Amino acid sequence: MIFLFVGFKGFPIFQKVDLLEFLFGTNWIPSKGKFEIFPFIVGSFLVTLGALLIGTPLALATAIFLAEIAPLKAKKIIRPAVELLAGIPSVIYGFFGIVILVPIVSKIFGGSGFSLATGWIVLAIMILPTITTISEDAISSVPKGFKMSSMALGATHWQTIWKIILPAASQGIITAIILGLGRAVGETMAVLMVLGNSPVIPTSLKDGVSTLTSIIALDMSYASGDHQVALFSMGLVLLLISMLLVAFVRFFSLRKRA
Amino acid sequence: MNRRLANQIALLILWISALAVVIILLILILYIFIKGAPALSLKFIFSSPEGIRMKGGIFPTIVATFYLTLLAGIIVSPIAIGGAIYLTEYAHEGKVVKLIRFGADSLASVPSIVFGLFGMAFFVEVLRMGFSMLSGALTLALMILPIVMRATEEAILSVPKSYYMGSYGLGATKWQTIKNIILPAASGRILTGIILGIGRAFGETAAVMFTAGMAINIPIFPTDPGRTMTLHLYLLATEGISLNIAFGTSFLLLLFILGFNLTARLFVRRI
Repeated sequence: MIFLFVGFKGFPIFQKVDLLEFLFGTNWIPSKGKFEIFPFIVGSFLVTLGALLIGTPLALATAIFLAEIAPLKAKKIIRPAVELLAGIPSVIYGFFGIVILVPIVSKIFGGSGFSLATGWIVLAIMILPTITTISEDAISSVPKGFKMSSMALGATHWQTIWKIILPAASQGIITAIILGLGRAVGETMAVLMVLGNSPVIPTSLKDGVSTLTSIIALDMSYASGDHQVALFSMGLVLLLISMLLVAFVRFFSLRKRA
Repeated sequence: MNRRLANQIALLILWISALAVVIILLILILYIFIKGAPALSLKFIFSSPEGIRMKGGIFPTIVATFYLTLLAGIIVSPIAIGGAIYLTEYAHEGKVVKLIRFGADSLASVPSIVFGLFGMAFFVEVLRMGFSMLSGALTLALMILPIVMRATEEAILSVPKSYYMGSYGLGATKWQTIKNIILPAASGRILTGIILGIGRAFGETAAVMFTAGMAINIPIFPTDPGRTMTLHLYLLATEGISLNIAFGTSFLLLLFILGFNLTARLFVRRI
C-alpha cells in the first residue's frame, strides 16, 4: 500500500516549466504551451474559503444542537439526515446546483449563474456532514462535570455552551473544520458542474472560476503531451495539500493526547 | 434578565440551524423524487440509450455501475480484512505500524480526482488494461480501502477479550482463534464496513471517469469499458442533452444509495 502510494507520488514530477512560474504565473493557454496554474490555486482557495465560511457556522450549530439540546426524537431524525447528506454522490449535488441554484444565483447576482457564489453554496452543503459529525463527537466527549459545575454556578445553558463546552471541545472542532476543508479542496464533480470553469482569477461573485480539481477533470479527456504532464503536476499539488492537512490533523490529535 | 434572553435567542438559533439542515436534505430529495419519478419505468431501467438525445433507458450504465462496485468490493475485501487482522492481532506498535497508519490516513484524504489520475497513469497505461471495468474497479478499491480497513479494525477490536481467553484455554492456536472465533464474531460490523465502502464507490464519478471509460455498452468481461450512472448523469446534465433522463438517473442513484444506507443500518442494529 505504501509502495503504491510512493509510486503514486513519483509519477507526475516531470515538467519542463520553471517551478515558480508554474505555481505563480497566471497564463493558462495549453494550445500555446503556457502552463501556469496560479488562477486554479486561487480558485480552489476562494471556493474552499467561501464554502467554509457559509458551511461551518451551520454545521457547528447543528453539532451543538445534536450534542447538547436536542430531545431524543429530534436526534433520531437529524442524525440520520446528516449521515444521508454525507452519502449523496457529488454528481447529484452538482446536478441539484445546476437545476435549482444556478437560476436563483443568476437572478440575484446577474450573469449566467455558473459562478463562485453557486459553488460556495453547493460545497457548503457538502462539507456540512463532515464538520457536524466530528464536532458533535468532540462536544459530546467533554466531561459532564464541566457542564454541571457551570450550571450550578448559575450560568444559563447558552453561557455554559459558549464559555465552557466549546473551548473544551475546540481542538476536536478545529480537526473537524480541517477535514471539511480537505473535502472541499478535493471535491471535483460538484464544482466542475456549477463553477463555470473559466481559467482566470475571478473578480466578483458572479464570475466563473476553475479549481485545481475541476480543470484536471475537464482537460484530461483530451490533453496530451506537456498539457497532460501539467495536469499530473496539478494532481501532485493537490496531493501535497491533502497530505499537509492530514499532518495538521495528526498534530492536533497528538497534542490532545499529550 | 438579559442573559436569560440571550440564552433563549441562542437556543432558538440552534434549533433553526438544525432544522435548516433537515430542510435542505428534504428539498434535495423531494425535488429529485418528484421530478425523477415520472421518468422512471421498466423501459427506462431495462433498455439502452438511443440516438444523440439519449432517449430510451439507462440499462448499460446500471450494469456498469454494479459491475464496477461489486468488483471493487471483491478486490478490496481480502486486502482490507487481511491488513486489519495484521494491524490488530500481529503487529507491534512501532515504526512499521505508524507508517501503515499514516499511509491509510493519507490515502483516505486523497481527492478522488487524484485517484482517477493515478488509475489512468498506472492501470490504464502502464499495466495496459485500457479503459476497463478492471482498471476502474482497482482504482475504486484503492479509494475505499482505508474506509473498509478502519471499519474492520474497529470490528475486531470490539470483540470481547474473554472470547480470546476461552479459545486459547481450549488449546486453539492464534490463527484458529482468529479464523473460528474472532472473524465470525466481528462479521456483522465488517460487512457494514464493506457496504459503506461500496456505497462510496457507487456514487463516485471522478475516479472512474478516466479509468472505466465513457463508452455506453453492457460490460461482460472485466476488460470491457463502460459508463457508470454517475458519469452518465454528469454528461447529461452538463451537456444539456436531456434533463428528463438526468432526473430519472439521479432518482435511481438516490434510491440505490438509500438502499445501501438502510442495509448498513440494519446490520448495525442487529448487533
